[in-house]
Amino acid sequence: MKLTKTLFATTALTVAAGLAHAESHGMMADSMTLVSWGGAYQASQDKAYAQPYLEMHEGLTISWDESSNEAVAKLRAMNEAGNITWDLVDVVASDAIRLCDEGLAMEYDPEELLAEGDDGSSAEDDFGELIVSDCFIPQIVYSTTFGYRTDMVPEGVDAPSEICSVFDLETYPGKRALEKRPINNMEWALLCDGVAKEDVYDVLATDEGQQQALDKLATIKDDVIWWSAGADTPQLLADGEIFMGSTYNGRLFSVIEEQDQPVAMMWDAQVFDLDGWIIPTGLDDAALARVKDFVKFATDTQRLADQAKYISYGPARASSAPLVGQHAELGIEMAPHMPTDPNNAKNTFLYNYEFWADYRDDIDAKFQAWLAQ
Amino acid sequence: MTHSTTEPANFTGAAPKAGPMLAADGRPLKKSLARALRRQKLRALMLVAPLLIFVLVTFIAPIADMLFRSVENQIVSETLPETVMALQEWNGESDIPDAAYDAIYFDLFTAAEAKQHTRLGTRLNYEQTGISSLFRTSGRQLDDIGDDVHDALEDINPAWDEPAPWYQMMNAGDRPVDTALLDTKMFDMRALTGEVLEGDLGFAPAREVSDLLPRTAAAYTSWAIYTALVDGDIVAEEDPWESVFAALASDLQSGADVSGYSGPGADMLAEAAANLDALPAVDFRNVMVGIDEDWGALENWQTIKLYSPDYTPGYFLNSVDMQNGIDGAQMRPENERIYITLFIRTLYLSLVITGSCILLSYPVAFLLSNLPARSANLLMILVLLPFWTSLLVRTSAWKVMLQQQGVINDVLVWLGLVADDSRLVMINNQTGTIIAMTHILLPFMILPMYSVMSTIPPYYVRAAKSLGATNWTAFWRVYFPQSIPGIGAGSILVFILAIGYYITPEIVGGTKGVFISNRIAYHISSSLNWGLAAALGTILLAVVLILYWAYDRIVGIDNVKLG
Repeated sequence: MKLTKTLFATTALTVAAGLAHAESHGMMADSMTLVSWGGAYQASQDKAYAQPYLEMHEGLTISWDESSNEAVAKLRAMNEAGNITWDLVDVVASDAIRLCDEGLAMEYDPEELLAEGDDGSSAEDDFGELIVSDCFIPQIVYSTTFGYRTDMVPEGVDAPSEICSVFDLETYPGKRALEKRPINNMEWALLCDGVAKEDVYDVLATDEGQQQALDKLATIKDDVIWWSAGADTPQLLADGEIFMGSTYNGRLFSVIEEQDQPVAMMWDAQVFDLDGWIIPTGLDDAALARVKDFVKFATDTQRLADQAKYISYGPARASSAPLVGQHAELGIEMAPHMPTDPNNAKNTFLYNYEFWADYRDDIDAKFQAWLAQ
Repeated sequence: MTHSTTEPANFTGAAPKAGPMLAADGRPLKKSLARALRRQKLRALMLVAPLLIFVLVTFIAPIADMLFRSVENQIVSETLPETVMALQEWNGESDIPDAAYDAIYFDLFTAAEAKQHTRLGTRLNYEQTGISSLFRTSGRQLDDIGDDVHDALEDINPAWDEPAPWYQMMNAGDRPVDTALLDTKMFDMRALTGEVLEGDLGFAPAREVSDLLPRTAAAYTSWAIYTALVDGDIVAEEDPWESVFAALASDLQSGADVSGYSGPGADMLAEAAANLDALPAVDFRNVMVGIDEDWGALENWQTIKLYSPDYTPGYFLNSVDMQNGIDGAQMRPENERIYITLFIRTLYLSLVITGSCILLSYPVAFLLSNLPARSANLLMILVLLPFWTSLLVRTSAWKVMLQQQGVINDVLVWLGLVADDSRLVMINNQTGTIIAMTHILLPFMILPMYSVMSTIPPYYVRAAKSLGATNWTAFWRVYFPQSIPGIGAGSILVFILAIGYYITPEIVGGTKGVFISNRIAYHISSSLNWGLAAALGTILLAVVLILYWAYDRIVGIDNVKLG
């Protein structure tokens, strides 16, 4: 009891001190902890938003925490402990929906929090349907797609250009890398088993449809290496362990353009997904004011377009697309490498958040049982 | 104790008469001694207290808390209190009772306002696919029916749109208070929000209104508590939730006779009752099924009923591939069973890894303890060097070594031992897990073995040899038995570490070389099914304790030495 009291008192003191400190800076906290994925992606955020923001605000410190892949679990734990230490968290849209569902992420009003587009469109129109949850502040569109080794294409055969080559072991013998989870794999399997694109989720909602997808995947099961980290497929491709494999398009870009490996993109049936910020609930006023100010800056038209200089993910604002320029170091045009480029986006899927929120646990159990057989 | 109490008595030579023996200061000797002993114990306790508290607070308590989650299930009764009560009588097979629809509308409405309904949706979705989105989408549409009633009432009398008339009508003021209703709603709201909720409510439900319009009074009370104590607003100045309007329509339509009522707002109520036709029909079964037809599905209600108790065996059943059904527990369908396979595989692979560690470590430890100090030290550094390297680096290095285009395969192909098109598959399967984990756990076997072996006096073996034993007999009959405690200690250490490993199997284990811990990690950090993770963890802990107990019975824990 006494311990709790002491803890409580010290916390109160710290908060009070923090508040008093914040007051002297116009009610905005002078430090901020951002959570992201690390690696090239975090670097692109740092260069495109954080550094310019720091230049504008003297005395501010920004620290990064590379915890995004377990952000949901950690936020839940922080919330239970009553001690939120993060100010702004970068998560994929499905995680944002779950955080919103759990009450761990703050709902926001796009018109109030986000800046207008440079072309004068309102924030809500500019982001459009990409605001898939009341808590989700979109940043980029990325896709999960296939890359293949050009030197492993058998002689006299065209390079694989469509998704079903993944399931065609006769024409394209060799190992494949697929993610060790049902999402995306089940859709691709059904698509190549004769199910029309618009029916995929209806079929997948039934037991028979799930079995059908697993049966299709079983035809290549012996030749699949299952990955669980985004860096696995690039490594396997670079080492020649696999012929083709799925991963995030930005990772493939870096294998192809930055590391100069004999790898090409397939793009067909790429699955779009979104990544963006959420603001944790329970921030104190000063921290919240700072975060809001930062988010407004970091998601404006120019900043989102700037990010594309460092990584090949598409900006989430429609108004940013025309401003996408050249890669900061390689000097190549970035637009053709964007998943949203019309040439790449001839046949695409959008991650079905609603469906997977419902079926994730069920299908995952079946998928893992199938893998373990 | 007894010895020490009698001795001083003889010493002081006290008379053997009745009554307690006294110490020098005149107190009873027994008490005095007990006090001294207590002080000693207390001092000892104070000395270990920092460590004890540290272990309790940072280790035992969190583990106990985590394990407790494997049976904890209050979330259902906290989020849907009325519904759980309404479903108590239901047998799970017949038509869903009207009372359940009534209850879930208001429960869900309040939960949605407090943003707790989606949490429950996620929880129940573990058991019944589809509930997550059912709760989420329903939460958004619950307002609609109340909106319609609100508009209709406003058309009848614009005063319905004002907060004040509502407050005057519902608030007791000088009238008798319905304390039972207030207490129930306070209790429910505390459970729902998990907050203490103290302060001035500024409202008390009038009993005559709650008798007349039970649903309306209940909904208004819930709203008032939330408004005053959660949002911190003044009840008399805020517009009530739309659920209050829906409740009023429903009360009036189910035949509430307002003619005898003469309290505040009597005119408005009479006016509304006279214009019943103008109000949309509010039947909560239709409302809920209208929002989503899945509210008509039996399975969803069965799941809610099944998981309404505060404690559930559901997670434990799930972790042994069974499921909780309305007819009792049963095995899951064949294509969803996984955990038993994984438990067996974890135990089997851990045993294999322990075995290969023993085989590889024994010669190394033997060498270490018998070499001259200089070379032994060098060898020791070689043993410890990988120990100081990051786990991830070592595991990734094995990937480079073992993969099909990796170092080992390249060498074998270069030597001509393996054809280029039939390179060995040594990773992403059980072989990969065994090789990498044996390497990683090797120091945990070598070190206890070495510390035991270095205490074995060399002259025993010499004596055996001088008595005519061959090298082998001297080793096997004299040296080896003395080194067994080291093997025992190393085995326990390696086996228990192996059973809980998950990073290495995840990277090199593919699909057949992963452990149960990988699933636990998945449920902790990805699916957020902490209850299931806790149940799996509890089982794993129990298995380890049982094995430890069996080891103690068979080998004897006294035979284990770390040095």
